[in-house]
Amino acid sequence: MKKINYIIISVLFSLLFIVLYLSLGNEKIYNTQDLVGKKISEVEINLFQSNETFNTKELTNNEFTILNFWASWCAPCRKEHPNLVRLSKIKNLKLIGINFKDEKDNARNFLRENGNPFDILGEDKNGKNSVNFGVYGIPETILIDSELKILKKYIGPLNINDVNEIRKIVKK
Amino acid sequence: MLSKLGILFIIGTLFTSLSIIFLTFKELKVINNLIPPKIYKFSLFQLFFSISSFFILLLAYILSDFSLVNVYENSHSNKPLFYKISGTWGNHEGSLLLWINILVLFSSLFLFLTKNSDKSFKIYTLLFQNLLIITFLIFLLTNSNPFSELFPVPLEGLGLNPILQDPALAIHPPLLYIGFVGSSIYFSAALAALISKIDSQSFAISIKSWVLVSWFFQTVGILVGSIWAYYELGWGGYWFWDPVENSSLMPWFVMTALLHSILVLERRIGLYSWVIVLSILTFTMSVTGTFLVRSGILNSVHTFASDPSRGLFILSFLVLMVFSSIFIFFKFSPKENKKYSVFSKEAFIIANNWFMIFFLGVVLIGTLYPVLLDTITGSKISVGPPYYNLILAPFLIPLLFLMTSGPNYKWISNEVRSLFNLVLVLSVTFFLITFFLIKENNLLINLILFFSIYLITQTLFDFYQSFKKKNINISRIISHLGFGLLIFFIYINHIFSVENNFNLKLGETKKTDYYTIKFVNLEEQSIKNYKSIIGYFNVSNKKNFTSKELRPEIRVYDKPFTITYEASINSNLFSDTYLTMSNISDTDVFNIKFQVKPFMNLIWLSVLLLSLGGVLNFFKRKKDEKN
Repeated sequence: MKKINYIIISVLFSLLFIVLYLSLGNEKIYNTQDLVGKKISEVEINLFQSNETFNTKELTNNEFTILNFWASWCAPCRKEHPNLVRLSKIKNLKLIGINFKDEKDNARNFLRENGNPFDILGEDKNGKNSVNFGVYGIPETILIDSELKILKKYIGPLNINDVNEIRKIVKK
Repeated sequence: MLSKLGILFIIGTLFTSLSIIFLTFKELKVINNLIPPKIYKFSLFQLFFSISSFFILLLAYILSDFSLVNVYENSHSNKPLFYKISGTWGNHEGSLLLWINILVLFSSLFLFLTKNSDKSFKIYTLLFQNLLIITFLIFLLTNSNPFSELFPVPLEGLGLNPILQDPALAIHPPLLYIGFVGSSIYFSAALAALISKIDSQSFAISIKSWVLVSWFFQTVGILVGSIWAYYELGWGGYWFWDPVENSSLMPWFVMTALLHSILVLERRIGLYSWVIVLSILTFTMSVTGTFLVRSGILNSVHTFASDPSRGLFILSFLVLMVFSSIFIFFKFSPKENKKYSVFSKEAFIIANNWFMIFFLGVVLIGTLYPVLLDTITGSKISVGPPYYNLILAPFLIPLLFLMTSGPNYKWISNEVRSLFNLVLVLSVTFFLITFFLIKENNLLINLILFFSIYLITQTLFDFYQSFKKKNINISRIISHLGFGLLIFFIYINHIFSVENNFNLKLGETKKTDYYTIKFVNLEEQSIKNYKSIIGYFNVSNKKNFTSKELRPEIRVYDKPFTITYEASINSNLFSDTYLTMSNISDTDVFNIKFQVKPFMNLIWLSVLLLSLGGVLNFFKRKKDEKN
């Protein structure tokens, strides 16, 4: 009995240590860039203005779509907002805004002050839906095509170079 | 100059440690009961060398000697003296030197203070402890040398991370280190006890004080860390189940279990092997925690700049330590004589132990699972508070109940106590009063509140009774009372905490359900090593018409360039009003986080009470030894 215990405990520890050893060489920084090229997951999103939902499947009707995750409390979101307004003027590009962990009144005021560039406005009250898109901080912007494939992922605020890059991709 | 002197002292420590190992090895063959004075002398020299090396590093920090890479990377000449000093252990290399100092200190103290113990037990303990010291010295010299030189000498240093420039954080690491590095001495003693085959009672007596000391420092260390997180991180929380917080909690669970099982062992009623396992496990958990923090496999506020070679070294050490311990344990494990019966104090203590081990398991899985999953499958998950609350909270109920009933049972007895008594009636009454005041519907929370009230009432009742009989086990009463109060206040705090997030411009007012918050003024100040933007807020309570002024700050440090958000907390015994502000760039709008947190100070006081029990027990033991 003693011998069996001895062997079992030693084997368990050995396995644990092997995994820990392997984990030493692992990439530590959480990076979701590898999602580029993959399809976005099918998610039901609550609409901001009503109690209805919309499914990401419906985005196949658009030639290109931008999903932008934002909140009124997020300072960089305020900074990138004019760039979203610029993007909203591109014809074959639809903008979906997802209001992230926010209070409705604050979000409404934000859009009133800065303009509303979004064709559809959804909300993610507790931040759980955004996880499906690999979003862990905001602002984050995802560009997808009509097959729902992720073409580009922008973590952090969009700048004018990003806007130009998106313009180029969409014009092709 | 300081660099060379530092290295010289480190080599001195290495040399004396090697000599102690050599001498103890030789001494194992000598059959008498006398430890030669040479060993004592070498131990004193070792202590002298190691403390001197630490003082040299401290001096380098105080003098801002940037010829040392370590000082250059972590200090700055404009930093206040206090933070220059605490900068010594605010980085990987310096803290490793502190580690070694504590290992050496405990080694010497054990040698000099443990009396009437078996010679071979003492010698083996010293041998194992010095093997640990040597390993860490090699690690320090080859991989993490705090005395490495830099040439040409830079004029200025890079500075210490501003969120570490805080009084609570300056003392948090040393406290915690004494706690978990201190556990090394009973790790060594446990292996020594197995080989030297000393009887269980002498083993229990010889390690109890060390367990108490390390448990006390671990508890206070965790407390200070929580207080720091509460006011410095600006989130208003005090425990986040962050992997590194968990790393300090895991050894604490084992220490607590150990502290209780020693009580059984002292009375020769079994558990010898179990106490040995716990002694080994405590230090193993401490080293595991160190591995998780230093290797950088976890992302956390505590992670030092990561370096895989460091991780590899600590992991190799951990492997060596664990497998040697398993080998020694199975080769020499003692035969048990179990004498306890179901309704006896021992049985309750064993139950306590199972709870502690269960809590340890839950926290260990929560901490390691994401790492293991990521390595094996590549998927990233994070385990947060919902997991811990869901799994741990229900188990608080039986734990609180056992803590209430257990201590009143007799040792080795089968007498069943009546469950209905005055204390229960009183507890139910107190609970009903609480229930009508708080009107909480959640059954689990109500049960936890009831059982914590039951524990508090019972311990107060025990205090009164033992006071009458003049036979007071005050340490247990104080600690259990502290734990009961802690759980009670944590839950009350959880129920009544208020949080509001909103944006305000200067001069604007925000009204919430119970409070009106006015943004009165904004001021800029220049302080020694940072610039500060101070907001003046007037918070008035609509219910009792009181008003408070709060002044949160945004600090901009230049070395290294960092912005920190300092919470302003108006604190009294029953409630904290907590406000942080952050600026929204390119606008004159500020984002405000306003919180009301009841009983925060009582939560801290409960933990102090819990740890005070440990101190009282320590001094009671010393007094008993003298008589």
